[in-house]
Amino acid sequence: MSEKTPKKRKGFVLGYYPGMNMWTLFFFVYLYMPMVVLVAYSFNDGNRAQIWQGFSTRWFYRAFINDDIQNAALNSLIIAVCATVVATVLATLAALVLARGGEFRGRSASLGMVTLPLIVPEIATAVATLSFFAIIGFQLGMLSIIIAHTVFCIPFAFLPIRARLEGMDTDLEQAAGDLYANAWETFRFVTLPILAPGIVAGAMLAFIISVDDFIITLMVSGAGATTLPLYIYGMIRQGITPEVNVISTVMLAISIAFITAYWFISARGDTVKGH
Amino acid sequence: MSESDATNALSVRNVVKQFGSGPNAVTALNNVSVDIQSNEFFTLLGPSGCGKTTLLRLTAGFEQPTAGEIFLFGEEIEDLPPHERPVNTVFQHYALFPHMTVEENIGFGLRMQKWSGPEIRARVNETLALVKMEQFATRKPVQLSGGQQQRIALARALAPRPKVLLLDEPLSALDLKLRQAMRNELKTLQRETGITFIFVTHDQEEALTMSDRIAVMSAGLIQQIGAPLEIYERPINRFVADFIGDTNFIETRIDQVSGNRALCVAGGELQFETDVVDGHGIGDAVTLAVRPERITLQKTMLRSKDMPVIEEATYLGTDTSYEINIGDGVVVTVRDQNAEAGMGRFAAGENVKLTFSDGAARMLVD
Amino acid sequence: MNLPRSIAARRALGLAPALITVAIFMVLPMLILLVFSFLEADPYGGVEPRFSVEAYIQLLYEIDFDDALVFNPIYLGIIWRSIFLALVATVGCLILGFPVAYFITRQDPRMQNLMLYLITLPFWTNQLVRVYSWILILAKDGVIEQPLKAVGILDGSLGMMYSNGAIAIGLVYSYLPLMVLPIYASLEKLDFRLIEAAHDLYADRMKVMREIITPLAMPGIIAGCILVFVPSLGAFIAPDLLGGGKKLMLGSLIHLQFASSRNWPFGSAIAICLLMLVMVALMVQARSAAKRRAMEAGR
Ligand SMILES: Nc1ncnc2c1ncn2[C@@H]1O[C@H](COP(=O)(O)OP(=O)(O)OP(=O)(O)O)[C@@H](O)[C@H]1O
Ligand SMILES: [Mg+2]
Repeated sequence: MSEKTPKKRKGFVLGYYPGMNMWTLFFFVYLYMPMVVLVAYSFNDGNRAQIWQGFSTRWFYRAFINDDIQNAALNSLIIAVCATVVATVLATLAALVLARGGEFRGRSASLGMVTLPLIVPEIATAVATLSFFAIIGFQLGMLSIIIAHTVFCIPFAFLPIRARLEGMDTDLEQAAGDLYANAWETFRFVTLPILAPGIVAGAMLAFIISVDDFIITLMVSGAGATTLPLYIYGMIRQGITPEVNVISTVMLAISIAFITAYWFISARGDTVKGH
Repeated sequence: MSESDATNALSVRNVVKQFGSGPNAVTALNNVSVDIQSNEFFTLLGPSGCGKTTLLRLTAGFEQPTAGEIFLFGEEIEDLPPHERPVNTVFQHYALFPHMTVEENIGFGLRMQKWSGPEIRARVNETLALVKMEQFATRKPVQLSGGQQQRIALARALAPRPKVLLLDEPLSALDLKLRQAMRNELKTLQRETGITFIFVTHDQEEALTMSDRIAVMSAGLIQQIGAPLEIYERPINRFVADFIGDTNFIETRIDQVSGNRALCVAGGELQFETDVVDGHGIGDAVTLAVRPERITLQKTMLRSKDMPVIEEATYLGTDTSYEINIGDGVVVTVRDQNAEAGMGRFAAGENVKLTFSDGAARMLVD
Repeated sequence: MNLPRSIAARRALGLAPALITVAIFMVLPMLILLVFSFLEADPYGGVEPRFSVEAYIQLLYEIDFDDALVFNPIYLGIIWRSIFLALVATVGCLILGFPVAYFITRQDPRMQNLMLYLITLPFWTNQLVRVYSWILILAKDGVIEQPLKAVGILDGSLGMMYSNGAIAIGLVYSYLPLMVLPIYASLEKLDFRLIEAAHDLYADRMKVMREIITPLAMPGIIAGCILVFVPSLGAFIAPDLLGGGKKLMLGSLIHLQFASSRNWPFGSAIAICLLMLVMVALMVQARSAAKRRAMEAGR
């Protein structure tokens, strides 16, 4: 027998498809390149948004001292906070009934109703809401925006809360009942603390959805109430200065911060739920 | 290069399989070699985690060996992907394709091999008949019971007439009665089709009743290969003796040697005659393995402290198991068949006389 | 504090606020929209309360100088472009997203989590901003053209903006995560032993993909396609910013009727058409989901 040199094994790996990793890389480049470009261009020195003319932070300063932007940001914040608070309260109550209330007639219809705003195209919601306000003679402005936002924020607040409730051990509530807690005490001291991460997660989603909304806001805003996305849209429409890149970058940063926080909150929730 | 005899259905040569690398590496197979003959019903038997499934998966091509070679009828196959190996697998949990009917499942391998429609239909029907499942042809797997799914898994793997059929604990999900019935059917199928079966189990009864030969594995190594009778009667080491059936291990010394026979004395004055293992001589400490059912108990009128005495009797239905102190603190287990109704023949505290059939005791290598 | 005793009363109390809110501010407005689509337009915005099917007739015909109805393909063309671009976006997302969804399932759990996070993240960021960033890339003298010009490969412009292609890129970009996530969810449930079994039965990689992986991922694929198709159909931002208002889609057309054209009944009629198309798509999905449940029942 001759001395055997170890063979190089080609090896057939099941489930592996050649090129898939490069494809995935390309995918992520496609997904992130525009955002990277946007952030980079917010440091553009030139007077036109799309044409790179050197590095500068002057547009950050310009955007920061712009009163219109400050007003728009304040409007966005007020609208988002109001819509989030109302939508989260409504969603929490509904989730408690739908996840904990047992089977009852109209349960799946109710579920469909709560999540309805998710499936109706936004443009249809927008014009329908506008028509509604028009017919009842409601003055368009901050309040009409808040109402519209509350409606489509409900399902976004609802889903994480329901997910949290469904992952929760019902034994805990029964144990509390066993220990002479009444229904309200059980809810206050057992259900609510465990549910808290779900509520926070739901509220964050609702908030971000409200801050980001464009088309519905556009239709029901009337003249005075400009939000950040409306302001950005306006700037894009009238010849573009790098200021729009700056606000867009700031909005991007806000969303990313919120979603990252949301991700961690719901991930931590998962570890609690298992035990 | 290693040579392989083309008459062997499967030859495994010095195969090593490691999972992972660095400090977390697990060696699932540690230099395994085995030859499996054509038309053989060959069983891999061993405790959980000993590497049975791994050896099967290497043969099927789902994993690559870290070192060593695998030959199928003389052809080296370890670099071939699974779909180029004329080997089929019956999976432990069947792995039936849920979106295909029974017929489509069975015909899948044939279709992939580009058989024509009528040929596929003929073979599918033939195979369905073989496993007695004709009336289920158009059902989906979810509409079948566990035992029926098992038959379809078998039929699917048999339909392309592989050169070797790999079965990974195919009966483990079935209840006892069905399992016993399927044993006979599998054995019959193997004989009728003439396909080499490599069967994995950790159930020794299954292994003993079905196999032509058995490889007993432990910790990534093959401990012994042999016919069921050989494995049971002549286990070569403590692991095999312990794993297959119940065994008394008696630590003793060689008292006399004549030719290749040795005489050992254990306990008070019980004498065992065995074949001597190479390299042992008078005075050496050895371990004897004695099967509980190979010791016969006899009533005795004598009452003496030096006589073997029954410490405990356990009723087991078909027979009674006795713990017997044979002196010097050595306790052996003996099984005595319950030929008559009622409890066993002896009660705790009674003295008994022990006799052995020839070759009841076996000297172990280690 | 006391809660009502009866469970039915508690249910009603919990559900009522959300349901009433959605009913008043979502369902009722939809019905109003339906009514509007059968009324006459008020040239100063809003509607005249007189029954008319003019809005629907206007979709197909226009009235020429001597009051005769003449077939007018413009709006059908816009509907067709909406469906076509939504389909292109759906197929684009599928081609781009399917291999990625599969690739993610082959990673270890930590990596899977990271990748899912990276895919979800853009979806929650402002869509307007994300589509706008494509203007920077595709525009005349933008990120693509500027360097090409600098090295002298290009002179003039590629004219990438304001094209169907630009809209499609924007749509794919907007809704890609909605394709990847459901496909990932169904592939993740796929039993890897089925892939082994198929290889064992002589299927090569492509056949395994065609015969096993794709059919078993089908519920996820269908869900993903619906989730991309529906919002693409009514998209406003991508066609508006990247199509420059020249290549109209349903979303922009509806907006136009309520904003500058002031023909609310016509806008309502188009919105109703859009909702019908969405309903058809959702029914397709419901049927496939029901089929899947039937298949899984009893497992
Ligand atoms: N993919 C893998 N990665 C890491 N370790 C593995 C892998 N597959 C098997 N092992 C390890 O290899 C060893 C042998 O596993 P194998 O599945 O072959 O055992 P087995 O004899 O089939 O056991 P059982 O009777 O429980 O099925 C075990 O220690 C197992 O943990
Ligand atoms: Mg195993």
